[in-house]
Amino acid sequence: MAEATLPSTRALDPEATAARRRYVAGRVLVYGVLSVFALLYAIPLLVVVFNSFRDLPEIAHNGLINFPHSFSWDAWGQAWSSYCVGGGCNGIRQNFINSVELTIPATIISTAIGALNGYVLSKWKFPGSEIVFTCMLLGVFMPGQVALMPWAFILGKLHLSNSIAGLILIHCVQGISFTTLFCRNFYVNIPDDLIKAARIDGAGFWRIFWRIILPLSPPILIVTVIWQFTGIWNEFLYGVIFTSGSQQPITAALVALGTGGVNVRVYNVSSAAVLIGALPPLLVYFLGGKYFVRGLTQGAIK
Amino acid sequence: MSSLAEPRVLRVGDRSWREKLGGTVPLLVLLPSILATLLYVFIFTLWSIYISLSNSTLLPSYQFLGFKNYVDLWSSTRWIVAYQNLFIYSAIYVVGAGAIGLLLAIFIDQRIRNEAVFRTIFLYPLAVSFVVTGTVWGWLYSPDVGIQYLVRMLGWTNFNFALATHSQTALLAIMITGVWQSSGFAMALFLAGLRAVDPDIIKAAQIDGASSFRTYTRVILPTIAPIFVAVLVILLQFAIKTFDLALALTHGGPGISTTFPALVVYDLMFDRGQIGQGTAAAMMILLALAAVLIPYSLYLVWRRRRISHG
Repeated sequence: MAEATLPSTRALDPEATAARRRYVAGRVLVYGVLSVFALLYAIPLLVVVFNSFRDLPEIAHNGLINFPHSFSWDAWGQAWSSYCVGGGCNGIRQNFINSVELTIPATIISTAIGALNGYVLSKWKFPGSEIVFTCMLLGVFMPGQVALMPWAFILGKLHLSNSIAGLILIHCVQGISFTTLFCRNFYVNIPDDLIKAARIDGAGFWRIFWRIILPLSPPILIVTVIWQFTGIWNEFLYGVIFTSGSQQPITAALVALGTGGVNVRVYNVSSAAVLIGALPPLLVYFLGGKYFVRGLTQGAIK
Repeated sequence: MSSLAEPRVLRVGDRSWREKLGGTVPLLVLLPSILATLLYVFIFTLWSIYISLSNSTLLPSYQFLGFKNYVDLWSSTRWIVAYQNLFIYSAIYVVGAGAIGLLLAIFIDQRIRNEAVFRTIFLYPLAVSFVVTGTVWGWLYSPDVGIQYLVRMLGWTNFNFALATHSQTALLAIMITGVWQSSGFAMALFLAGLRAVDPDIIKAAQIDGASSFRTYTRVILPTIAPIFVAVLVILLQFAIKTFDLALALTHGGPGISTTFPALVVYDLMFDRGQIGQGTAAAMMILLALAAVLIPYSLYLVWRRRRISHG
């Protein structure tokens, strides 16, 4: 602050002292409130991280919410490959792999489709394109429950029941609404003159997309990828209904783990499992969060 | 498009087949998505409406039954409780997450140090699934190991904190967790709105001698009214879809005290083999969403008209 460096004679001025005091009080309030909330937000994560390294007798004795007095990696190893979930005792490794195999292709495909759709709906408008866009928008709000029975029927007919491929199909179809919305709202702000000039120079649909639109797209593609990745990774309803056992994605396995009918809660292993399940979206978010907030306001909430 | 075709207007007749084909490329690119949307939004909805009017039980059947599933649904206590819970939960969750989000956004907007650190901490719950959030908060609420245990260990041996395990308070436990999960998102949206306010307006208010509190209530917040509506709608539709959180945290219990419409759908369809009635319940969720979203889209249309007419 500029005032702080002014000559000390200013400090004798009663009005300035009062203003300064008010300013300091305001700062204390701001940082105080923010810090309290930050603590409230951080504690659950810290609790889980700590507990994944503590051993069970210590947790039972000191309670869940405590600093670790013991340290071991055992819980992580067990959660990963030997803990009993549902039927088998192979940890959640397979479910983790399932989620990776589901999330990565579904994210890439739905984002690519959204980028192309957004490009058409903003730069190659045709009679009725606004209606098409509005209809796609409706998909954003469709509750998954309404689509359950139809999907069950379609997956059955395509022989995709209880398969990762079936879930990929579902997420690609459902993702179209979101990805198209994000990309279209972003591309609308690219000046039409740019496209016009390119077309006069003889560039066609694909050339303009590759040479002009795509190089301008990273901000919105980052948002779309983060949104789709975290959304698909964290999705639970379809995973638990359309797959079972070793085909389940990780969210479904985590619920099974929490309700596995085990009498004694194995908090350290559960903590490690929960963290393994939360790590990929957290990582994506920590790496790209800055762009996410910025891009969200550019594309999503217009 | 039309403006672009101008230089070629004179020789429209001899457009080559290549050019004609080129004109259909955008449509061809869009076609699969149009079909998918048609299927997913319209055919699925109609299909589900039909199933909800049929006598489907363990397997979908297409024998028409009329509104019996809806009547049965609305005469079950469980469904009434679920719908009531949805209203109570939505109201408190939206107001709670919105208010905390706004407070945090205003505080973060005071040119603070380490803004990125605070923002990251407030937003990270959004990246974590409801399943994980519900599981972990279930532990924190657990009287045997969680908050109650901690406080008792610190010396207050009569301290009682068992929100999630009493049917009168279990809904509150879900609300707190929901607010914890979503207020950061509300904060991000509000913050984006605050940052977009024209700095000249704020300066003008300050020159006029308005205190910072008055500057907010009279000048800044009214200009971001559209953000309030957006936050309200987004949070409401999160609330209506609440499923994973309640399932992971309380399983709808104790008893049926924290059951939600989405949980009833799941239960009817997959545990009780009442597909028709379950689909009827799903249609009621769709109806609740429509009750929120149709007025919102009308509002958006109205606002756009008003802006375009000056």
